[in-house]
Amino acid sequence: MPVEVETKSMTIRMLEDLHRALQKPLEERRWGMVIDLRKCVGCNACTVACKAENNTPPGVAYHVVIEEEIGQYPNVARRFLPRPCMQCEHPPCVKVCPVNATYRRPDGIVVIDYDVCIGCRYCLTACPYGARSFDFGDFYTAGHTPEVAAYDTNPSFEYGRLHQRLPGRLNQSPIGNARKCTFCIHRLEKGMLPACITTCLGGARIFGDLNDPKSLAAQMAASPRVVRLKEELGTEPSVYYLL
Amino acid sequence: MRKRLWLILAVGVIALAFGVVGMMDRLRFGLLHVGYGTPIPWALWVVFYIYFIGLSAGAFLISSLVYVFGFKQYEAIGRIAVFTALVSLITALLFIWVDLGHMERFTEVFTRPGFHSPLAWIVWLYTAYFFLLVAEAWFLMRRSFARGARQGGLKGGLYRILALGTQEGTPADEARDMRIVRVLGSIGVPLAIAFHGGTGTVFAVTIARAYWYSGLFPLLFLVSALASGGALLTAVAAFIIPNGYQRHRELVISLGRLLLILLLVEVLMEVAEFLVSLYGTAPAHTAPIQEQLFGPNWWIFWMLGLIGAVGLPMLVLVTAGRRSGLAVGLVALLSAICFIGIRWNIVLPGFALPELPGLEYALVEPHLNYLARYTPTIMEWQVSAFAIGIALILFAVGYHLLPLEKEPSTETWQRQEVSR
Ligand code: SF4
Ligand code: SF4
Repeated sequence: MPVEVETKSMTIRMLEDLHRALQKPLEERRWGMVIDLRKCVGCNACTVACKAENNTPPGVAYHVVIEEEIGQYPNVARRFLPRPCMQCEHPPCVKVCPVNATYRRPDGIVVIDYDVCIGCRYCLTACPYGARSFDFGDFYTAGHTPEVAAYDTNPSFEYGRLHQRLPGRLNQSPIGNARKCTFCIHRLEKGMLPACITTCLGGARIFGDLNDPKSLAAQMAASPRVVRLKEELGTEPSVYYLL
Repeated sequence: MRKRLWLILAVGVIALAFGVVGMMDRLRFGLLHVGYGTPIPWALWVVFYIYFIGLSAGAFLISSLVYVFGFKQYEAIGRIAVFTALVSLITALLFIWVDLGHMERFTEVFTRPGFHSPLAWIVWLYTAYFFLLVAEAWFLMRRSFARGARQGGLKGGLYRILALGTQEGTPADEARDMRIVRVLGSIGVPLAIAFHGGTGTVFAVTIARAYWYSGLFPLLFLVSALASGGALLTAVAAFIIPNGYQRHRELVISLGRLLLILLLVEVLMEVAEFLVSLYGTAPAHTAPIQEQLFGPNWWIFWMLGLIGAVGLPMLVLVTAGRRSGLAVGLVALLSAICFIGIRWNIVLPGFALPELPGLEYALVEPHLNYLARYTPTIMEWQVSAFAIGIALILFAVGYHLLPLEKEPSTETWQRQEVSR
């Protein structure tokens, strides 16, 4: 009997998964990510895409790629570990917030309400993955060059709302708030994949609904090659790594 | 006003003048000009905050020795202790307030508290404690206000207002007031233990920071609060009360003995913490300790913490401090000030390592630089000076105006004892 071979592009398949998930009620979805470390080439396209998508200022990093050199000459290699927010199922950052400004949505994404956050930074000390940044009000150009570049003041669309940062308004949110990766909720809700997923040139990143056994993400997350970071802390990350 | 109080006032005004520019910067530019960042999100102001909250809890617990546990030998500093606790509390809250990214939203802790957060709990407890302190201070002093209202001038007018219609009253009334104080103090003791242990708990529950994540931490907070608060009160008794170290020699020396015990317990706990942490191989446990001992800021541990706050005071307390009130007062002052080093080493070593190895090289941007060493900026020092300036001015003016040194007559106490 001929074996049916899946030839669909990964991106198309993830998009189909996404649209299928969007048909379900919010609380039945559980967004998750699987990152294949063998495919990651350490190009940081994801980091840049995230910066561009969310217009994050200097010092605010939702996503980074951690590089590590392993072995000794002549047997050396580099290892790359992309690190978004883990969207923990038991997020320590949420528990410590004194004003309930940060919480876990029913679909598993941990969000921050910029209008409520008092900027105490307790969540920054509590996150075991360094996934939160504080917005200190820095700009790439304002204050450094004669002209303020447009990208410095362009709004971001996080949480489906318009957030504009202006050099003259340093007390206005999201300045003075904790900030973090949102799995690009604003894109998801419009049927688009997170920016880091679409841009990944190694095809290392897989995104989807972990509650849907047919989704690529759920299938990859079930692989025996899978690990999660600092599993011993009981945070139950929604980001899986394929070794 | 007394010369010593003038001196404190002058230092306070100078600090305030130095700090006002930084405070304006803080209000206008938010946290843009601070030296800390995402890798070290809590820094100098948090250090000062836990320092002053510790002084407050310590001073209050010492006052309870007089009003709750009936140690009459400390009576002369009872009111001063309650007053010092109040000033320290206000200063601590000022520090934590300026540290918020959105100062204007602090009320949310009351309107929409997250009670799964120890931070929300302690703010509620601080508030309860604040009202309790005010009430206790008032019941302690209201008869003095009523009597003082007879005098003319500013003080008389102020006392008339503060008396809130209280009459001078009979000794029996005073004894009743003292019973109320005793009740308030008895509520205050568990409250102070809860809010200061709670402050330690804020740190202790963060599983992400192995240095803090220990059941010892809240206890360590309590012991060092008592030690630092006790040291401060000893210094106040020795030097702010005129000739205190001679006039109240017994009291000062006895406070010195108490301080010695507290410092010993502090050392014991620190040693336990250090030995256990250093024994292992996990960098999350060893690095924060090594950083304190041998890191670039090694002197904070050795000079301020070990020698200034603990070592030298202990040495003097077991030698000259057994007879000389002056010696006790001096080392108590030294210890109270140097405790800031111990506070620094509670907060900062928690951030000795990045959360994930290699994170420090991943992205280096302003306020996101794991590789840079944290040094407070001028603006941070200015804002600190501003808050400390306010504390000193409050202390000097309050001390001058309020009847803090009036010692309740011994008959009052005896009658109270008899009636009980
Ligand atoms: S990775 Fe950090 S910020 Fe993200 S949910 Fe977990 S604890 Fe919170
Ligand atoms: S910084 Fe904001 S989100 Fe984080 S704990 Fe404080 S109030 Fe909550």
